[in-house]
Amino acid sequence: MLTVQGLDVAYGRAQVLFGVDLVAPGGSLVCVMGRNGVGKTTLLKAIMGVLPVRAGRVSFAGEDITGLKTHERVRRGLGYVPPGHETFPQLTVAENLQVAAEAAGQVSQGAVDEALDLFPALPALLKRRAGFLSGGQQQQLAIARALVSRPKMLLLDEPTEGIQPSIILEIEEAVQRLHSELGLAILLVEQYLDLALRLADRFVILDAGEVVRAGDRSDLRDPSVHSLLSV
Amino acid sequence: MATLNQLVIGASIGAVLLLIALGLTFTFGQMGVINMAHGEFIMAGAYTAYLLQPLVGTQSVLVALPVAFAVAGVLGLILERLAIRHFYGRPLDTLLLTWGISLILQQVARDIFGAPNVQVRAPGWLTGGLDLGGVRLPYNRVFIMVLAVGCVVAIWLYLTRMRHGRRMRAVMQNRQLAAVSGVATERVDQLTFFIGSGLAGVAGVALTLIGPVGPTLGTNYIVDAFLVVVAGGLGQLRGAVIAAFALGILNSFVEFWVDNGASFAKVVVFAVIIAFLQLRPQGMFVVRTRALS
Repeated sequence: MLTVQGLDVAYGRAQVLFGVDLVAPGGSLVCVMGRNGVGKTTLLKAIMGVLPVRAGRVSFAGEDITGLKTHERVRRGLGYVPPGHETFPQLTVAENLQVAAEAAGQVSQGAVDEALDLFPALPALLKRRAGFLSGGQQQQLAIARALVSRPKMLLLDEPTEGIQPSIILEIEEAVQRLHSELGLAILLVEQYLDLALRLADRFVILDAGEVVRAGDRSDLRDPSVHSLLSV
Repeated sequence: MATLNQLVIGASIGAVLLLIALGLTFTFGQMGVINMAHGEFIMAGAYTAYLLQPLVGTQSVLVALPVAFAVAGVLGLILERLAIRHFYGRPLDTLLLTWGISLILQQVARDIFGAPNVQVRAPGWLTGGLDLGGVRLPYNRVFIMVLAVGCVVAIWLYLTRMRHGRRMRAVMQNRQLAAVSGVATERVDQLTFFIGSGLAGVAGVALTLIGPVGPTLGTNYIVDAFLVVVAGGLGQLRGAVIAAFALGILNSFVEFWVDNGASFAKVVVFAVIIAFLQLRPQGMFVVRTRALS
């Protein structure tokens, strides 16, 4: 469903990604792993068109989307949750969801309800300003926001980073449910091996901007994987 | 009684400043653009009223308001498309660029309309005033205040109740998140420029009711409008309203109390704003949330 070929990305003169290849079939949960600063977030941003690509191509659902603007990629069915539980802080929770639903073209109350259904904590907070929610609540809102456009594939960048443990479980369950019950394809950036072992079908490990390992979940148990992830 | 008269004059100037400052505060809040050519949209609005006068006749002000909004709005849109958008993320370059464009637009106006000021005649029902036991309420100034209040209410409704306004606030608060939520941010930028510039055009029509129209009309107000934006807090509707009226009224009182007070009033206004910014460098209102801490 999502294919990345030979992707080079640079911030000015500092190149971050070198010829990255990645395949995420429909309905799969692919985990992008690696230490801090190896280019995981950059890869997701490049897939979303937030960062320009220097070379290589990104195709989604059979279409080359390398030249498309970010909002056009969202229209094609990519949903993205950036790192660090981002919201529109001065908008209410309801407005945060509304903006995304309206931007997706059809304002569908059904899609908003489905997204809220996944996070039982949110409906009670609809009238609160997003900036005043806890980090965990903001992250749940961020995921719900990405879901109201009914994406075919969801890109999640470290959704449990810096979140209180009780909410980490809820988020993990939600991701699990989206994947197994609803069959949503997911590209998950994650640093922790145990979480990846629980969730992922396939994985890709980046090191210094290059793919150094890729394989199925079973390959993750290989002892050499550990050395690629530990600091 | 003279005090109250002065209050009316000050508040009407504040109302004009508010209309001008709204556009500035949105373009700065959303795109980080300090638009020095904003004053020339005021001028464009005023000359629109001047040109419509022989065509429409005595009630031309009413026709001029929407037409000036559209003319100034389209000018703003053209400026954004042709020039400013290539300089996003470079505030100092934008400052120089728009300043240069401002000078060009003034010269264009001078070539078309001539250097001397021209007059727009107000319709009969806007001349004269209401006497309330010694306090005089000139109709033209009351009209300007009503106009500004109407525009602020309309903008507020737009921002809070309408789809496009909600989208605009989203882009202002987190541009990248808006883009990955599917918002076409470039379109929102264009719309913001259109509305902000259009409001300056409306302010220009309002100014034709209280004074002559000339190529440098905008220059006289743009600095004060920037002061309103800074004192009110960037991108803040509430702050802009309070700061605009405070500035207009302060200015008019100092002018009244001191002989030849026009320059002195400027000194006082600047001093007050400098002192205020020492106490609150972020302006009257700021966005304060956990997300920003």
